[in-house]
Amino acid sequence: MRNGVGVPQHIVLFGGTSEIGLAVLDGLVRPGVARVTLVCRDIEAGEAAAGCLRGISDDTQVEVARFDASDASSMSAVVSEVCSAGDVDVAVIAQGVLGQGHDHALGSGMLENMMAVNATATMALLIALADRMRAQGDGRIVLLSSVAALRPRKSNPVYGASKAAVDSFALALDHELEGSGVSILLVRPGFVESKMTTGMRKAPFSTTPAAVAAVVVPAVNSSRSVVHAPKVLSLVFAVFRNLPERVWRRLPLN
Amino acid sequence: MLLMPDAPLGREFSLDRTTGTVVCPAGMSLDEVLKRTVPLGWFVPVTPGTRFVTVGGAIASDVHGKNHHVDGSFGDHVRSMRVMLSTGEVVTLAPNARPDWFWATVGGMGLTGVILDAEFSMIPVSSSRMRVETERLPGFDAVVSAMSPGSDDGYRYSVAWVDLLATGRSTGRGVLTRGDHAAGSEVSAKDPLSYDPKVMLAAPSWVPSGLLNKASIRVFNEAWYRKAPARRHVGLESIPAFFHPLDGVRRWNHLYGRGGFIQYQLIVPLAETDVLRRVIGTFAGRGVASFLAVLKRMGPQNPAPMSFPTEGWTLTLDMAAATRGLPELLSTVDAMVLDAGGRHYLAKDSHVSPVAVRRGYPRFGEWQRTRAEMDPAGRWNSDLARRLGLLDRAR
Repeated sequence: MRNGVGVPQHIVLFGGTSEIGLAVLDGLVRPGVARVTLVCRDIEAGEAAAGCLRGISDDTQVEVARFDASDASSMSAVVSEVCSAGDVDVAVIAQGVLGQGHDHALGSGMLENMMAVNATATMALLIALADRMRAQGDGRIVLLSSVAALRPRKSNPVYGASKAAVDSFALALDHELEGSGVSILLVRPGFVESKMTTGMRKAPFSTTPAAVAAVVVPAVNSSRSVVHAPKVLSLVFAVFRNLPERVWRRLPLN
Repeated sequence: MLLMPDAPLGREFSLDRTTGTVVCPAGMSLDEVLKRTVPLGWFVPVTPGTRFVTVGGAIASDVHGKNHHVDGSFGDHVRSMRVMLSTGEVVTLAPNARPDWFWATVGGMGLTGVILDAEFSMIPVSSSRMRVETERLPGFDAVVSAMSPGSDDGYRYSVAWVDLLATGRSTGRGVLTRGDHAAGSEVSAKDPLSYDPKVMLAAPSWVPSGLLNKASIRVFNEAWYRKAPARRHVGLESIPAFFHPLDGVRRWNHLYGRGGFIQYQLIVPLAETDVLRRVIGTFAGRGVASFLAVLKRMGPQNPAPMSFPTEGWTLTLDMAAATRGLPELLSTVDAMVLDAGGRHYLAKDSHVSPVAVRRGYPRFGEWQRTRAEMDPAGRWNSDLARRLGLLDRAR
């Protein structure tokens, strides 16, 4: 549980090598945080990231654990393992895959993998975390969604569909969790310049992992349930999602 | 889950009027004990800054008071106690009957079992008044020298209020109060033992958040310091005024506003006055508004592995929890305290890390093993234990 001055004691990052996820942790880890766990596919990359976090605070113990981000059936066991050392105060879910260009190509397994990582397994993880935190009586889950959840684009239909699924699920789950002490912060970034988007055409209002973290970190300690990064996207997408399909398709954003 | 009957399980209150031994249920507060015993000429051996603590809590936290340098902590006065283990078995523990279990329960933060009742010795008094010497001291050195071994031993009770906002040459200035129970002959009242603690004031619930801020506390501290006599002054005070001043203000915690407050108590070994000076200087330099900062010299440690008091200097602070930069500041001070071989008081703690407990309490592992013997199924738990991993095996 958080200590008396509000510092979380145990922070977990799922998708432990995600640039946005690590930028958020960079802002959350401060003296007083007892333990950080990076849960990722690639232990070596995770260890490298852990090394950077260890530099922030001497008394913070940083550990790396392995998981398969596409395996929904394993999420409950992953959460039990991570929580075996004690309560989790803040869980950041940053696991995700993005296709190059047309991500609806069949046959390559991309459809199944993207839906599994971004939607099904993330939903299973949300359920497992929510159950565990409900038993603790407190906890905050930060879920990286995307503005792609709000308005589909023809250039990445599967990605948009996977984010729409998990976004919708998380909002409903957060509603259900009201009054339990547990809550979800849904983060909807726009186009983020990172290794995930290298080589892709930049969209308007593009941002960086650090800028996303600057929006997310204060929101973690608030009672907000949704934030956009940059913040202006909440207005932009309030308009976009209500545009008639005919108008939206003519915009040079697809 | 464990179900406990809500009827008291302990023996009923009794006072042996010749030996001054009390037997009472663990759920009885020191307030209740004092109301029964002071008119008969007996006072509790140790009282913390509030009388609204239970006897069981006083044992589980091994509380101390202004007389620690002379009389030790509460656990030192317990003759025996009955404890219900997590199996439901009731055991009688005493310093000479299962001493390891007895001392693991003293200061054991309630994690060894449920204390049902206790037998402890009181101290005789012939009045309900305190003879108190008050003097103000202009800086850290003056405070420390007045409270050092040799100059302070003649007083049963001794504590200094410290102005944590004073800086420069005034850093660490304070008001030292020392005293003892007044003899019946010193008191003019018809019945020198009459005892009537009243709750005097109530902080209104609409107090705006931040009423206790740096500016208002600076004003208060200046006034409090100036109000104290520059030369030593001797007077009579009531028991509540001397021991339990905040109990006189109902809902005093509301003064900290909606953000609440935290308590922080540290101790450093006797020789580490330089560290103590740096700690006080750190708080003063950062302008942390502490309404209540208290310094006391503690006497030797008792056999309880998790008992907080040990020979040294203890500093207690109350601070608004919303103070900017507080987590970083407290982490800095934590490191100074631990590096000097000091530690933190778990009864008040809401901040330190699991590592700090292990460094500060060198006999922590021994206590864990004894605790596991008393609760092999690992049924007891608490928020403190979860946060600090007190029940974890390997860490």
